[in-house]
Amino acid sequence: MNLQDTLNRRLFLKHSTQLGAAALGSLLAGESLAAAPRAFPNYAPKAKRIIYLFQSGAPSQMDLFDPKPQMAKHRAENLPESIRQGQRLTTMTSGQKSFPVAPSMFKFSKQGKCGMELSELIPHIGGVADELCLIRSMFTEAINHDPAITFCQTGSQLAGRPSIGAWLSYGLGSVNKDLPAYVVMTSFGTGRRDDQPLYDRLWGSGFLPTQHQGVRFRNAGDPVLYLSNPAGVDRPMRRQMLDELAALNEQDFQTFGDPETQTRIAQYEMAFRMQMSVPDLVDTKNEPQHILDMYGPDVTKPGTYAANCLLARRLAERDVRCIQLFHMGWDHHGGLPKAIKGQCNDTDQATAALIKDLKQRGLLDDTLIVWGGEFGRTIYSQGTLTETNYGRDHHPRCYSIFMAGAGVKKGYVHGETDDYSYNIVRDGVHVHDLNATIMHILGINHERLNFKFQGLDMRLTGVAGNLVKPVLA
Amino acid sequence: MNTSCQRLLPFLVLASLPLSAAEKLEFNRDVRPILSDKCFHCHGADAGHRKGDLRLDIRAEALKPAESGETAIVPGQPERSEVVKRVELGHDDDDVMPPEKSGKPLTSAEKAILRQWIAEGAEYQGHWAFTPLKKSSEAIKDENGKQLQSSAVIDYLIRKRLSKEGLTPSPEAAPATLIRRVALDLTGLPPTPELIAKYESNWSTKAYESLVDELLASPHYGERMAMQWLDFARYADSNGFQTDSSRQMWPWRDWVIKAFNNNKPFDQFTIEQIAGDLLPNAKRDQIIATGFNRNHRINGEGGIIAEEWRIENIMDRVETTSATWMALTMNCCRCHDHKYDPLTMKDFYSFFAFFNNVPESGTIMGKSNRSGGNSDPVIDVPDAEDEVQLAALKKKIDAAQAKVNEAELQLPNLVASWEAEMESPESEKKEMWDALPITDVKSEGKASPRKLPDGSWIIGGRNPNNDTYIATAPLKEGQLTGLLLHALPDPSLPNQSLGRAFNGNFVLSGIEAQITAPGAKPVKVNFTRAEADYSQKGYDVKLILDKDPNNGWAIDGNDPKKRLERKAMFVADKPVAVPANASITVKLIHSGRFGGHNIGRFKLATTNDDPALVSLDGTGGPPEAVLAAMKTPTEVRTPKQRAELEKYFRSAVDSPLRDADYALAAAKAELEKAERALPNVMVMQELPTPRDAFVLKRGEYDKPGEKVTMATPAVLPPMPKDTANNRLGLAKWLVDPSNPLTARVWINRAWEKFFGYGISKTAENLGSQSEYPVHPELLDWLASEFIRSGWNMKAMHKTILMSATYRQSSKVTPALLEKDPENRLLARGPRFRLEGEVVRDQALAIAGLLVPKVGGPSVKPYMPDGVWDDTSKYGDLRGYKADTGEGLYRRSFYTIWKRTAAPPTMLMFDAPSREVCTVKRSRTNTPLQALSLLNEVTFVEAARAFGEKMIREGGTTPEQRLTWAFKRALARAPTDKEVQVLASGLKARQAKFQAEPESAKQFLATGTHKQASGIPEHELAAYGVTASVILNMNEIVTKP
Repeated sequence: MNLQDTLNRRLFLKHSTQLGAAALGSLLAGESLAAAPRAFPNYAPKAKRIIYLFQSGAPSQMDLFDPKPQMAKHRAENLPESIRQGQRLTTMTSGQKSFPVAPSMFKFSKQGKCGMELSELIPHIGGVADELCLIRSMFTEAINHDPAITFCQTGSQLAGRPSIGAWLSYGLGSVNKDLPAYVVMTSFGTGRRDDQPLYDRLWGSGFLPTQHQGVRFRNAGDPVLYLSNPAGVDRPMRRQMLDELAALNEQDFQTFGDPETQTRIAQYEMAFRMQMSVPDLVDTKNEPQHILDMYGPDVTKPGTYAANCLLARRLAERDVRCIQLFHMGWDHHGGLPKAIKGQCNDTDQATAALIKDLKQRGLLDDTLIVWGGEFGRTIYSQGTLTETNYGRDHHPRCYSIFMAGAGVKKGYVHGETDDYSYNIVRDGVHVHDLNATIMHILGINHERLNFKFQGLDMRLTGVAGNLVKPVLA
Repeated sequence: MNTSCQRLLPFLVLASLPLSAAEKLEFNRDVRPILSDKCFHCHGADAGHRKGDLRLDIRAEALKPAESGETAIVPGQPERSEVVKRVELGHDDDDVMPPEKSGKPLTSAEKAILRQWIAEGAEYQGHWAFTPLKKSSEAIKDENGKQLQSSAVIDYLIRKRLSKEGLTPSPEAAPATLIRRVALDLTGLPPTPELIAKYESNWSTKAYESLVDELLASPHYGERMAMQWLDFARYADSNGFQTDSSRQMWPWRDWVIKAFNNNKPFDQFTIEQIAGDLLPNAKRDQIIATGFNRNHRINGEGGIIAEEWRIENIMDRVETTSATWMALTMNCCRCHDHKYDPLTMKDFYSFFAFFNNVPESGTIMGKSNRSGGNSDPVIDVPDAEDEVQLAALKKKIDAAQAKVNEAELQLPNLVASWEAEMESPESEKKEMWDALPITDVKSEGKASPRKLPDGSWIIGGRNPNNDTYIATAPLKEGQLTGLLLHALPDPSLPNQSLGRAFNGNFVLSGIEAQITAPGAKPVKVNFTRAEADYSQKGYDVKLILDKDPNNGWAIDGNDPKKRLERKAMFVADKPVAVPANASITVKLIHSGRFGGHNIGRFKLATTNDDPALVSLDGTGGPPEAVLAAMKTPTEVRTPKQRAELEKYFRSAVDSPLRDADYALAAAKAELEKAERALPNVMVMQELPTPRDAFVLKRGEYDKPGEKVTMATPAVLPPMPKDTANNRLGLAKWLVDPSNPLTARVWINRAWEKFFGYGISKTAENLGSQSEYPVHPELLDWLASEFIRSGWNMKAMHKTILMSATYRQSSKVTPALLEKDPENRLLARGPRFRLEGEVVRDQALAIAGLLVPKVGGPSVKPYMPDGVWDDTSKYGDLRGYKADTGEGLYRRSFYTIWKRTAAPPTMLMFDAPSREVCTVKRSRTNTPLQALSLLNEVTFVEAARAFGEKMIREGGTTPEQRLTWAFKRALARAPTDKEVQVLASGLKARQAKFQAEPESAKQFLATGTHKQASGIPEHELAAYGVTASVILNMNEIVTKP
């Protein structure tokens, strides 16, 4: 343990309140830091890690998770004012002359032993229904994508706050000393390729120290930026460079006594280790065929959701704390029936495979999985409703997500919406509540994990957030 | 990581300095931080959340019996004070304060402080940063009563504190170290060997002063200072939010560089950026300065409610302005009164009112959402060349105008002879346009056109970025002189508008018509006149006829009030003969840069009337009023009738006057086009009548409460007399000497810049929750001296840099490190990692690659593939292509900045995303930084070029060359050990590259820098890799 670490430990022990130790186990910290005392978790965590499968663009709840068979008889009727209740709409449909009810074209049926009703669009997910904890009563505040996605990820509609993964990295630190604590992967959907785009801030560190920002694995080239040596420089040569560098830096430390120098030496060593550990992680050629088959044909195409799901499992095996996938393409204002099929084709099999694969390896017992988007969609059709076609606008008043794995009930449905899947009638779960619950499962009291910024104790859940106890196992 | 640990231990120094029992407590230093952090949340300024009707931030309130009947504070009697009783209860007691659930227990030291303070009389002080500054004429005197000035004050006060702590200052750093330190601090670039040679050999305080003066005069000083200002101003080259298309604010950035270089006094610097547009006879430059408050993001997402985002723009201005100038977190009062500071929601919305009067929509819908561009209000920024061109075009307009004036004199005669030739007024009148029975429409972009019952065609299916429709119809025999296009709204189109773009708009960039008949050669119709019943500003229908495929006719289809049927007619220069059985094909071309802006529904009509008489309104010939005038005998016509007749004649009848009118219109269009091509910058502007402003309940745009007017926060001194109550008044108030915050804030940040931490560490917040300054007297003296100097920024920097405190060696001992890990007491010189921009600039400079050009549009250096495209298919900032040539080697802060996918290396080195105002960057130390410095093209290319320079300029032996390299890179000679380490590595690499020539070749192929000829490749590669080791040294990325 170097001087500064020793010092920090001592200072910490002397002055710490509930804060402070958290950052000692920071994201990519040198290994010596991992041994530092830690105020988190606050209590025994149910999950050691989270895999958050974010579905960007807002999947349609009534076509996937929230069956409304009674809508068939109201087909093409105008949405009753008693249901809309004057709630605001986006300007994409607020000028529409009518709001024709568009019942889902897709059939729902009971799945698994639990009898959870799910859509025919997601047969593979239906196959693992007994593992799922489905929340049909999510709601949020924003009505447009950018603020809504930002809200899910950071607890604020506006830019500037840390993402949930950054908070977890800050609070819980890294378990694996050769990989980042927070890894992000992205994929374009085939449903509607351009919606919704993603932004650095969704995995950013906000006002937390920047090492907590998510490290985005790239779909082409180096999986982690600048991972490869320059052409012409092989690993032995790099080793020698680093040895020289360490000797020079050691002399710097002897001269100036600045502990940052020691940290820098350690970080170069970790960089060197990452150059081995990351390629090993992303190299799936030794995965047996039956595993590849589970995830579906896309799994061998880098940058697809299926390929990313397989990597998520490999990251989980390596104890990466927070693994987040973002899959784009769920924003179906028009042509929904066709587009949503594309999206489900991308995600259904691989999502189910990930759950099954983790389970057969015993990893589902300490991994929390979350699958969801930023808001829901309207029961009324945006644009013309026909026999075979409809679109749906944004709807923040209710939507569905599901969780699985460590800490949550299995084969359980929480919350209920009205006949139009327009308003929540029972057990609403706000985004802050979901985030509070996720943190709880990872062993963190969301009211305790805060960071002083501009004189305020900031946290992921703002001044809100209630634990959703009924979903806890 | 170390740095973050340091950040997490606020008040560390203070806490670690034991309070001597004999010393009386000072409220602001010792007590306020405890009350503020642990008590004010429920017992502070926010009446809405106050518990037990007890307020502890005001002495008189704290001394009154509370709701419970108990008295919180009884001065001199801690035993009778409820505060003491409650905080000293066991943590499991229900009545303990702060309550267990707050998670903020008091330490025993804190409890002891509260007890002692009450025992000592519970005296309060106003919050330190809100108390008026003393005039610096009340000079600081040393122990001998000698008046101290300038840097001596700094050293005196710092040393006074050091001696109290039993510490001694460090000796001055070595000259070369100091040269490197001050060059990096003032220009962000390493000193050149020439600069070192000039000053190092005859080193003295005088020489050091000349060096500081020389660096302050460098054009790179302005760049260095602007760098941080861009973080405050959330400057970027993109609009932010979902689409994140491009914008252009670099003229504002260049204004900032220039202002620093010209040493614009900070008060003027402030006034111009906040309200330059409101200065009397504001100059263009002063208006450009107001771009500061237009640098915020602008949302253009489809479906947003404009007012919601207009309000957010203003919220951002309030947050940014208050954080930048006052280090206040006013944004806390958006939804409720401030928990810690005496700021109310009403204060917030009164401040908000100053920024509420910009003529802006709040969105960039339809305008530049996907294609990029600035949103109104903007101002053009012509350069000297542009000015010449504009002057020439204006002259051309003047000449054309003169011709019109001349021809106008003939107007009565022209009208008279035209009337004389006419058979009768009625003969002029007839239905002009025949509907064209379109039989087929094809879409080149594979869209699906469909005929509607009314004969119009609607385009469905795919909507490619640029579609061309080909309509075919039979044409009746005779002649053709014009074509009429009806664009029609339709409920199925986006926003029920006319166009297929997501916002309902279209841009028609070209129209072509061709007549074919059996046995005849196809004839193209040459349209020379275009008119429309409505054209969007900047998208005149005439642009369809020019040769430029990028511009065209648009109709504001995104504007809900303008989604109406529109007509455009195109008239041929001369009649085109139409044979029997002919048909016409009309091409509607959408080739502009706005993706998907294709017409949604249309129909066509043709005419065979005299080209001179063809008119839009569908009926040929004079309108009713004109006919009536014509029937009236000349001598009894009213002036109004004469005017109407002349107006009609002028527009509809071929004459020398009409030619002159056309020439004038063309000249004006040319000027408009040239003006449109000018770079512009978004600026502030004030509506003639201010908008009403309200307290917004819960901070929501659609929940207005009490009406408010423009006002500064009540807790601070009022606006100076003789200033208007508007944005200009606000600007003057910010820099009025009575304002206790601005000078302290700016000095504190200057200190942070040079020493790593502010005198109050919380540089982003000097409110109640701030850290009490570690050297309060010094902060106040510097602040008042800054005001006294006329807000002279360079002088203030010089004062700090000339101090012995700054010039100390930064070597540290374990004992000192433990006593003062963050170096707040300054018993040693500053040492911390350089900012990302400087890390890269330095590498380029050392390698001799840097292009030191100041200012201009942003550039595109190397960037890995996919940074822009992996996460978005929106906006115009996609398909990044690195520049060739100088764009690769400009200073880093000229790199194009897309907020949702910012330059990755800069983010790794702690740059903020520039989405919101950022006052303080973190300072981390990560393996990703190591990977970047070792492997990123820019740094590898720099190493390669530096290695080559070592060979060419560094002498002949490896030892000479390594020595040369150290001097260039670190301004010092290497130690024997360092030479030995690198020389042996170099030798091994020479052998390896000689044995593997292919590896050498590959290494040398990184980047586009052309290597020197005549040097063996294995040598170049071996030195290049060695240079990479040097460029990765901790000392390189650290301010020495």
